[in-house]
Amino acid sequence: MTVQVEIDEALGREYEAGFISDIESETFEPGLDESVITRISKMKNEPEWMLEWRLGAFREWLKMEEPDWALVDYPKIDFQAISYYSAPKSMKDKPKSLDEVDPELLRTYEKLGIPLIEQQMLAGIAVDAVFDSVSVVTTFREKLQEAGVIFCPISEAIVEYPELVKKYLGSVVGRKDNYYSALNCAVFTDGSFVYIPKGTRCPMELSTYFRINEQNTGQFERTLIIADEGSHVSYLEGCTAPQRDENQLHAAVVELIALDNAEIKYSTVQNWYPGDENGKGGIYNFVTKRGICHTKAKISWTQVETGSAVTWKYPSCILKGDDSVGEFYSVALTRGRQQADTGTKMIHLGKNTKSTIITKGISAGRSNNSYRGLVKMAATADGARNFTECDSLLIGDKCGAHTFPYIESRNPSAIVEHEATTSKVSDEQMFLCRQRGLDPEKAVSMIVNGFCKEVFKELPMEFAVEASKLLEISLEGSVG
Amino acid sequence: MSDNKSLLTIKDVYASIEEKQIIKGFNLDIKPGEVHAIMGPNGAGKSTMGYVLSGREGYEVNSGTITFNGKDLLEMEIEERAAAGLFLAFQYPVEIPGVSNLEFLKASVDAIREANGEEPITSSELLKQAKEACKQVDLPLAFLKRGVNEGFSGGEKKRNELMQMLLLKPKLCILDETDSGLDIDALQMVAAGVNSQRSPERSFIVVTHYQRLLDYIKPDFVHVLADGKIVKSGDASLALELESQGYAWLETHKDEDNIEG
Repeated sequence: MTVQVEIDEALGREYEAGFISDIESETFEPGLDESVITRISKMKNEPEWMLEWRLGAFREWLKMEEPDWALVDYPKIDFQAISYYSAPKSMKDKPKSLDEVDPELLRTYEKLGIPLIEQQMLAGIAVDAVFDSVSVVTTFREKLQEAGVIFCPISEAIVEYPELVKKYLGSVVGRKDNYYSALNCAVFTDGSFVYIPKGTRCPMELSTYFRINEQNTGQFERTLIIADEGSHVSYLEGCTAPQRDENQLHAAVVELIALDNAEIKYSTVQNWYPGDENGKGGIYNFVTKRGICHTKAKISWTQVETGSAVTWKYPSCILKGDDSVGEFYSVALTRGRQQADTGTKMIHLGKNTKSTIITKGISAGRSNNSYRGLVKMAATADGARNFTECDSLLIGDKCGAHTFPYIESRNPSAIVEHEATTSKVSDEQMFLCRQRGLDPEKAVSMIVNGFCKEVFKELPMEFAVEASKLLEISLEGSVG
Repeated sequence: MSDNKSLLTIKDVYASIEEKQIIKGFNLDIKPGEVHAIMGPNGAGKSTMGYVLSGREGYEVNSGTITFNGKDLLEMEIEERAAAGLFLAFQYPVEIPGVSNLEFLKASVDAIREANGEEPITSSELLKQAKEACKQVDLPLAFLKRGVNEGFSGGEKKRNELMQMLLLKPKLCILDETDSGLDIDALQMVAAGVNSQRSPERSFIVVTHYQRLLDYIKPDFVHVLADGKIVKSGDASLALELESQGYAWLETHKDEDNIEG
């Protein structure tokens, strides 16, 4: 058996989150026009300004072209063939407490390892569970409220906290920003809203778990996190979807606002269904994530991307305030026919702003994994610094790893450093591990975990363990 | 020629790499507790034999048999051979960045225990044993936290191999030119580590180009390998003879003393 065959076998894994929940849903007919958007807005009891905002975005979107610069290849999406709203019927009457939530929904999350009963949960983590187009449950809300922290579905925030939403929604990712974000502005259905008041350290980890269940439904979630001056929050999102033969679209927008001296740590463990070995099915993950840092604020993005058929995602930081800090730590693993084009943008505007980019791309099978990143030093960014390290690991000889770093510096005092490496899981490493008793699967998973260590240590403890396990599962059958 | 007490019996093995015949009729019998030195000029196939025994990919056995502890070694996967107690100390140990020595030792010890139907080792027990092993091979404890061989010097890598051996407690240790690149102090230290592990249950194959390692690890048997087979066997004095005469001496004597049938 060659090393390649071993790796292939170790990567040939089952997708554990691939089950379908039998839940009666209310789903819109496929299609998209202004009436669909009006209907979504009505379903959510939104104020008039919100509907106008959506329609404005939709009109912009109609004028825009789907971007084609990413190194990904997929058939043209028929936006009229997608349903833009799907919600479990049981959610129609807005259950007041967990007792009223459809037990099948709770079982779904339990199966995914996310028990929503607060007593069973990991202590110290509050969860917003989003199922298709609606938020099902948000736990620990009362406890958070005691600290003044608002953590609720964004659909609720639009109604309950219109001033905050109006002020910040679209302030970082504008409606015209890009094709998918414009679409998201028009049709987003739910997501999480977080507000941390001045000087408050959020007493628990906040997390949102996204689940796409319904067939032919797009998920367009919207997350808005505002950390007021001197506050601190750590937030995690997780995602899975059933194993289906059709591709499903997920186009999210996440906006982070870190006011003076605030800190936001945003971690993602993305495990959308990646499609089968031949590239059939899987999620198209087209996501816009961006944060703005005011004076001395810090935003840290950490992502572990193992799923999706196609990923197009560049969590970014606008370092507007002086002395602000942006960080991006990423592990992206592709296998089978998966394609990932992911990276970050660090826009340095303020003086003495600092950014760090550490990415680990792992390609196996016939997949393609690209890092695409922009570091921009504006003329105002005196003394700004960036350090970038992009490492690629190839497993086998049929996959690809690519690095597209863009550097624009308009300030001579700014310092930009870029390091890149490409390595392979070598025959020697495999042989050493196996000679010491490890089977090929354990060997690959250990080598890959070591490769990712720098990023995993940035994740909150529980999730680092989860990410490491996820990687192990993702690598099953990829040894070759 | 072998009896049921043999740990390893190699019979008339022919092996090749990429169609190139390297091993051409290799015979060897090792009993528990014995130390066999294999010497020979560069290109004789010394390292190849270590890889053949451990089952490395690309090393194809064309004919012959190898029995290890009563089992057909050639039927076993690399990791099964390791679990059965075969350990190869590498000449050039490879780095595994980001995987700490301690993690690696735990995974390795556990994999071998699991294969033998034993419970995983507790972290505290492992740490205790690893600390002792560090002391024995004179590596600072900080090495346990460093990535496997990551940025280690040549000598440190060799000691690290030895540390793994101490923890895995194999039945057969193959030391592949463990002395290469070591200064005399490191050499003595490595030899002391090996000697401390000599026991009636553990056998060694010491592959080396030079006699000097054998000043410190006294072999029971010395075999001279040339062109893919053992051309001369003897006791420890053979190594000294080789040292004084050089391998060229062998060329003139190999026909009369060829033990290989």
